[in-house]
Amino acid sequence: MGHLITIFIAAILTHNIALTYLLGMCPFVSLSRTRKTAFGMSMAVIFVVTLTAAINWPIYHKLLVPANSQLIYYIVFIIVIAASVQLVEMIMERFFPPLQAAFGIFLPLITVNCTVLAVSVFMVLREYSYVATVVFAFGSAVGWMVAIMIVAAINEKLALIGNVPKGLRGTAIIMIIAGIIALAFLGFGGMVDVK
Amino acid sequence: MSAKTFLNAEDRKILKNGYTREHPIFVVGLGICSALAVSNTVENAIAMGAGVTFVLLATAVIISSLRSLIPQRARIITYMITIASFVIIVQKFLDAFTPAISKALGAYVALIITNCIIMGRAEAFYVTRTVRHSVIDAVGNGIGYSFTLIAIAAVREILGFGTLLGMKVTPANWENWVVMSMAPGAFFLLGVAIWISRAITERSSGEEEGD
Repeated sequence: MGHLITIFIAAILTHNIALTYLLGMCPFVSLSRTRKTAFGMSMAVIFVVTLTAAINWPIYHKLLVPANSQLIYYIVFIIVIAASVQLVEMIMERFFPPLQAAFGIFLPLITVNCTVLAVSVFMVLREYSYVATVVFAFGSAVGWMVAIMIVAAINEKLALIGNVPKGLRGTAIIMIIAGIIALAFLGFGGMVDVK
Repeated sequence: MSAKTFLNAEDRKILKNGYTREHPIFVVGLGICSALAVSNTVENAIAMGAGVTFVLLATAVIISSLRSLIPQRARIITYMITIASFVIIVQKFLDAFTPAISKALGAYVALIITNCIIMGRAEAFYVTRTVRHSVIDAVGNGIGYSFTLIAIAAVREILGFGTLLGMKVTPANWENWVVMSMAPGAFFLLGVAIWISRAITERSSGEEEGD
């Protein structure tokens, strides 16, 4: 149990997937203008990341390893992810059309949100057990959400002040904000230790 | 044969767009993950740039030559399988010939699959254009991406480790900026790099519009 809590805390704070591993940056940049879109995307990410890791673990360990075909695990993982995303897209289209409208091109691009594939690849590289994988996946997605929500909130306040230099507006200022937050998150270092 | 006779005007425009007007990282904001994550040393950046360019080229050839056969609903999955197959080739190549770099890049090689540049170019360009134009576009984007990655990595390696391609380039009393080799340094540097590139492009496009 303690081991699982460690993995969870590490995934959110000390080894934050966005701020330490620099993953999931494309949607991070494009959807962190307002908290509303950031929150919507985070929810989709939490759902997809946890779901795909939970599906990918048995496929890798029960199917690919016995068949000695770990070589193709990238392809298998990406297909599972694409299928899950399709599912999320259909559910959203049916039940949350405004969210769907807000995402535009970015919902299909959740497939290329590096976080989703990265979590499944990390799960293989770090040889996590099934429960640890699910906890790690959920924690990572929540960590991504924490990061994007902080940046989105700062962005909203910045928009009110509105004296960001012209060239810095958009992507560049988000990078600077994320840098400062990442620096702050370094302060969590050493709190928990995972390999 | 000069470049002028080899590539016609449109070809050159497509090629140039890849590293100027439609620069994947600075202008379109794609492929930022890997630009940040593997740009801590120049060696990693070169390996990553080469890997991405190879996958981009291969995907351009496959997708644009199959473009009339790919069903609209299944196109995303087609891109992914194509990209993933070539990424496996890159991974195995790195494992076999440069195990040290392969180890340093770790999971980030697999993440070429989710590099939005390749997916983005496939969706925006390769699926509707001829093989010739797609290949030229892939080269342009590959150059733009690799050059940026290497430039950022050069700054980070010099400041963070005091070396360039593993060779010591800083004076003996140099104090390493450890933060530059870590995540925050990557964010700051990319932010500033985008700022500079925006300032330059805005000035030049302003001149074109005559204001």
